Amino acid sequence: MSEGTEPGHHARRTPGKLSPEEVVHVAALARLALTDAEVELFTAQLRTVLDHAADVAALDLSHLAPTAHPLPVANALRPDEPRPSLDREEVLAAAPSVEDNRFRVPRIGAPAP
Amino acid sequence: MSDGTMGAVELAAAVRSGARSARAVTEEALAAVAARDDELHCFLRVLGDEALEQADAVDAAVARGQDPGPLAGVPVGLKDNLCTRGIPTTCASRILDGWRPPYDATVVRMLRQAGAIAVGKTNMDEFAMGSSTENSAFGPTRNPHGRDRVPGGSSGGSAAAVAAGFTPIGLGSDTGGSIRQPAALCGVVGMKPTYGRVSRYGLVAFASSLDQIGPFATTVEDAALLFDVIAGHDPLDSTSLPYPSPPTFESTGAGSEGVRVGVCTDLIDGCAPDVVARVREAADALSAAGAKVEEIRIPELAYGLSAYYLIAPAEASSNLARYDGVRYGLRVDAEDAAAMNTATRTAGFGAEVKRRIMLGTYALSAGYYDAYYAQAQRVRTLVLEAFARAYASCDVLLGATAPTTAFALGEKVDDPMAMYMNDVCTIPSNLAGHPALSVPFGTGGDGLPIGVQVLAPALAEGLLFQVARVVEAAAPSPTRGAGQ
Repeated sequence: MSEGTEPGHHARRTPGKLSPEEVVHVAALARLALTDAEVELFTAQLRTVLDHAADVAALDLSHLAPTAHPLPVANALRPDEPRPSLDREEVLAAAPSVEDNRFRVPRIGAPAP
Repeated sequence: MSDGTMGAVELAAAVRSGARSARAVTEEALAAVAARDDELHCFLRVLGDEALEQADAVDAAVARGQDPGPLAGVPVGLKDNLCTRGIPTTCASRILDGWRPPYDATVVRMLRQAGAIAVGKTNMDEFAMGSSTENSAFGPTRNPHGRDRVPGGSSGGSAAAVAAGFTPIGLGSDTGGSIRQPAALCGVVGMKPTYGRVSRYGLVAFASSLDQIGPFATTVEDAALLFDVIAGHDPLDSTSLPYPSPPTFESTGAGSEGVRVGVCTDLIDGCAPDVVARVREAADALSAAGAKVEEIRIPELAYGLSAYYLIAPAEASSNLARYDGVRYGLRVDAEDAAAMNTATRTAGFGAEVKRRIMLGTYALSAGYYDAYYAQAQRVRTLVLEAFARAYASCDVLLGATAPTTAFALGEKVDDPMAMYMNDVCTIPSNLAGHPALSVPFGTGGDGLPIGVQVLAPALAEGLLFQVARVVEAAAPSPTRGAGQ
């Protein structure tokens, strides 16, 4: 994590302009592949949105606590009692690929040497 | 189409008394959709056999002398982000094309228990991201008041189906205005309940701290009837309010005598002159009906839009990580799992969904988290505190729902920021988790509907309906039955 996420530190800096390289990086994090034309388009469009957000980024709100949720929710607890769950066959029927009652996926990671 | 001019209250009464059969009502609704929905495209899927089967069950209950429920025989459109067991639920996305949920959303189950007839799954912006229903992967919906106009969004299909007279009521979801804005643009009533009032179990998640399901109807009374059916605690949704929702239907006619109404200039400034004029006229009507009307400034609301377009994409980027080609929906095969994830998501998501996922990923990423996401959450506190100050001197607030009447198809679809500006008046209630409602109030110079927004503090749905009904009674022109 960056120093900006440490408790008590309130970033006052306004981030610089979003670069095409950052768009490619963010897309990769989100598992999206972009064409060169999309990189150009999304960079311009996301910059416009972030420019608009500059009004918020520039406010001094260090006196306010962040609100993550509109309700003062605590954990919703209930007794741990067995009850019917989703039908396994029905759930697996929706999967693109299944084997032995499990979801089947292509190889994970690099092939063995 | 006769049922389009009959509201849910009258229709349910007729079915309950045996004066009309649910089957006949349902057949008429299905026939109207078959005749006219090719042009409007309100529905992604029509539930013919399922609807008739449900109608027969209602008629059988009536014949046996059993209570068929408060919405007996009333056709309803369900936004296609509400899970229906065994029936495709797409969120208007290629990535869920063909997916059949293994369970019903709680609201779907409650509607069935109340005797309502689900006649179809309605069109929407993909994953509820948009304000025009043009972001549907399956083509846009057209506004029944003008075929070259958008119906608003993201719940444009449900709103247009009510405006077209296909269904007297419908369900949508509202994350930043997705019920109220299309209601305004289509000339119908649309309401977002208090966060937690209606179970989100089975609502496909967009931004979990903002999403809320709510009703569309042609009248305030019908909206209250539908709200009462779907509201209440649900143990399957851990953010559901843990107490019953008091009935609102019986008291919608209580009037506005002595109610303190704050005309919020910050929810009017910047709107089109016709829209401003209609809000002022609605305020005058409330004043004439005995409400204490005064102007109020809440300048903090101006920051809502920016905060929303950081918070909602951040939550979306997390929620939509589940579409990975493993457990359900689309899979595009590739040599390894990571490449399969990427190929699937790249092919399955449309441009607006990709934009929001990237924006949210960026706002949450190391180095930008504090400047964007945490800062937006502090703005949320700012908005909550500002509302609390306003509600110390007002019972409800009045403003515009949308800045303009329905805009042309294609007009804003290539300009995300211009599209986002549609939500400027509706977003504050989502950030605060408060209920708010749009009620039709006349038209603009272009002849298209205008909606007036009534906002209330948390849990004050009853008062919201009560005040909205006074506005509705004073509305300059009937708005029911467009395109008939």
